[in-house]
Amino acid sequence: MTQDPLSSIIATEDQMLEGGWEMIVGLEVHVELATKTKLFSGSPNRFGDEPNTNIDPVTLGLPGALPVLNKQAVELAMRIGIALNCNIQPCIFHRKNYFYPDMPKAYQISQYDIPLNIDGFLILPSGTRIGVERAHLEEDTGKSTHVGGATGRIHGSDYSLIDFNRAGVPLVEIVSRPDIRTSEHAKEYVAELRAILEVIGASDAKMEEGSMRVDANVSVHKPGTMFGTRCEIKNVNSIRALGRAIDYEARRQIDVLDSGGTIRQETRHWDDAEGRTHTLRVKEDADDYRYFPEPDLVPLAPSAEWVQAVRDNLPMLPAARRTALSALTGYDTQSEAVIVVVERGQHDYVQAVVDAGGDAVRALIYVQQGFADAGPVPAVPAADLAKLTILERDAKLSATQAKTVLAELVEHGGGDAAAIAAAKGFEAMDTSAVEAMVDEAIAADPGAWAKYMAGDEKASGAIVGRVMKASQGKADGKIVTAIMQSRRPSA
Amino acid sequence: MATIPTTASAIAAAIASKQITAREVIDSYLAQITARETDIHAFNLVTADAARAHADAIDADIAAGRPIGPLAGVPIAFKDNMCTHGIETTCSSKILEGWKPPYDATVVSRLRDAGAVMVGKTNLDEFAMGSSTENSAFGPTRNPLDTSRVPGGSSGGSAAAVAAGFAPVSLGSDTGGSIRQPAALCGVVGVKPTYGLVSRYGLCAYASSLDQIGPFATTVADAALITEAIAGHDVMDSTSIPQPAPALVASVTQGVAGMRIGRVTDLPAGAEPEVIARLNEAFTALEAAGATIVDITLPSLSYALTAYYLIAPAEASSNLARYDGVRYGLRVNAVDTNSMYGATRAAGFGDEVKRRIMLGTYALSAGYYDAYYGKALKVRRLISEDFERAYAQVDVILTPTSPVVAFPFGDKVDDPMAMYLCDIYTIPTNLAGHPAMSVPFGTGAHGLPVGIQVLAPALGEAPMFRVGGALEQAAGGVK
Repeated sequence: MTQDPLSSIIATEDQMLEGGWEMIVGLEVHVELATKTKLFSGSPNRFGDEPNTNIDPVTLGLPGALPVLNKQAVELAMRIGIALNCNIQPCIFHRKNYFYPDMPKAYQISQYDIPLNIDGFLILPSGTRIGVERAHLEEDTGKSTHVGGATGRIHGSDYSLIDFNRAGVPLVEIVSRPDIRTSEHAKEYVAELRAILEVIGASDAKMEEGSMRVDANVSVHKPGTMFGTRCEIKNVNSIRALGRAIDYEARRQIDVLDSGGTIRQETRHWDDAEGRTHTLRVKEDADDYRYFPEPDLVPLAPSAEWVQAVRDNLPMLPAARRTALSALTGYDTQSEAVIVVVERGQHDYVQAVVDAGGDAVRALIYVQQGFADAGPVPAVPAADLAKLTILERDAKLSATQAKTVLAELVEHGGGDAAAIAAAKGFEAMDTSAVEAMVDEAIAADPGAWAKYMAGDEKASGAIVGRVMKASQGKADGKIVTAIMQSRRPSA
Repeated sequence: MATIPTTASAIAAAIASKQITAREVIDSYLAQITARETDIHAFNLVTADAARAHADAIDADIAAGRPIGPLAGVPIAFKDNMCTHGIETTCSSKILEGWKPPYDATVVSRLRDAGAVMVGKTNLDEFAMGSSTENSAFGPTRNPLDTSRVPGGSSGGSAAAVAAGFAPVSLGSDTGGSIRQPAALCGVVGVKPTYGLVSRYGLCAYASSLDQIGPFATTVADAALITEAIAGHDVMDSTSIPQPAPALVASVTQGVAGMRIGRVTDLPAGAEPEVIARLNEAFTALEAAGATIVDITLPSLSYALTAYYLIAPAEASSNLARYDGVRYGLRVNAVDTNSMYGATRAAGFGDEVKRRIMLGTYALSAGYYDAYYGKALKVRRLISEDFERAYAQVDVILTPTSPVVAFPFGDKVDDPMAMYLCDIYTIPTNLAGHPAMSVPFGTGAHGLPVGIQVLAPALGEAPMFRVGGALEQAAGGVK
């Protein structure tokens, strides 16, 4: 047996599962595009409106209604393609035929063998390259609510309600190659993809609200052999759930195979509360969708000029932003602070703080630690935060004091850091006062001091703690340490 | 009261010049409907009250000196597969019985804007599937020239309405000959424009890549007039050609001097001898009028019927899937959703519709697609290439419209293949997306009318109407 032709990536030793198994994961991600109107009609694309208000003859699939392609949706889809390093090609639409009550025409207009974006890739922040097979345009279905019955599904329900507001909302389905080898990489892929989609304005990409939906194809095999039979995991509603579901499913498949069983190709439902997957439907009963080219639409062939214009107007992507933030702060591109701040879209804010005269490293750390829920544009004016970083840098405030002032700034959406510090009675202690406190602390705990003098760095904690207590947190820890080092004979 | 003119152009002129009122015109046509509709059954619905009210409004505009449209007061009938806002649109199917669209088809709103007055919705073979109008869920339409015979189909109601004098003009839809064949059988003019020249928005789809709306009229000039009125780009139809409507009426009287007319030497056999005789007379007449007759071959034509009966049902199987009982039209309740779909569609669709849905579903199925639908698309390309070669040598091509004259009820309805052969000369044009028209040209067996078909390349409506006008002139001397 030889390596499966679908992917040449082989797990590293630490990525392997027990017993020599390797997991193979590919992700299908559906994202709702942030267009003003639907993919094929002028009805608003808006979440949360009264049911069945954003509808029209096209949305409802009334006899005689015809689709007209939304140019903004094509443009957003091209942005996704470019951001994922895809080739953008002349493409066509197909009809995917199946009956379901919330599918108004009994077919979905989608793309089949000739999609808009093909052959791209995404490089994870950790450096791994994940292939992107395609990213194609299609329309969403309506939303069914099944009332009565135990399962909340259509079978066994008393009746069903259908909201067609979502029908016809533009989607892009992004299909990765089966290049993912760990649940961590799967989570990283989705987090990075979400950051890209937000940055380029293609989608608000909220898994919890369903504007980003992730299905995972999971199989296991021994490296160097063909891939195993895969199962598709649905109903994964958060990045954390994605990791749990993949790990569970790989474990389940290994257990089945180790005990001599075989894996059926099937769609499985992730139950987050139970922490397990269970069979939704077996692939053998899969519908024949009778795909054929959509005769109501003409081929879509974006001109080279249009593609170039979209490319030229694409904002800086997360990877480039991490590089820039790294250059600004000296922190590594793969450091948590850089990754988190870029993921939150707050890199421009950090830059603004620096532009306002702030200290870059402190700006990065303040934003990482104090602005978790503040969004890409925190309420605190960049200049206000800049002043705080300078107060700390110049030792006018200790790190502890600065943290307290930061909390005040966040709470009030800004303010004069110096005034807040003054109001709290924070004042910079002059070094001679700190020196006196250090000497007092040494006198109070000669045992700890002796250990410190003997080279036990950990013993410094007791002395520093006494100084901090005596100064009520006003002393700067770094200065305290420096004074203690000056008291110690040099090695 | 002045005499009511019989053509749309004369009616519009007489009303605009106040020789006659729109109300007098509409009352006259409604009286004719009252007199003969029971025998003919051209209509699923006659909108008499709305028509009178519309005519009165036009007369009020004229009296007040307000501007009126170019077709103001011209009565018109619409095939009942074109959506009319708030007015029942059934496709002659039980599955849509009672359905009132919340919007107008583009052709309907364009003609209303031009001042045309709707008199009613005409009968058709259910969902435009058929060649005799016997497949209507609401009973067949009878040929006004011989009520023991079919009017052709699927636009039999619209053809019969014009032939019976219920309206000077009407609209039909043509997927494989559904305008031209009934025009031939009823002795009127019928036009299928270039695919994309007329918006399909609001036309209940049968086979989307083939469907095209066009007019019926008693004269070639009226047919050109109505084609002009409904043609032109529509943003609501992505397949609509992004060009304004062409000027066509002037072409009708330009003559054919210097034109090259194609005669297909390998035309599929099966036409009645009288039909072939009229075709030969048509060539002679055009030659006498200054045209040159050029022999051409269209070798792929013999495969057209087979390709059509894969492509059209395939698209139909998808287009008609929306009639599922969920949102509109008939619903037959059952224990669960899938059973409801089955019961609704079993009760709502007639045999021919079911036959084509099953045929099309099969043709598109995994494992059969390449052998059937895929191969049919290749034949379609070959036919287009045949036409392309032919139109390098000729301006238009002449063939019979229908191999036979109007046939008696029941003659073919139980033999689908015999019925399908009615469209053998009309189908290739639809596959190529080209325009074609049928012009009455003398009579055949039983003294029933024969139609001659003029085929032209894409957007070749102008040369097509030149030849149509010449044939109409020559037909005056042929009986």
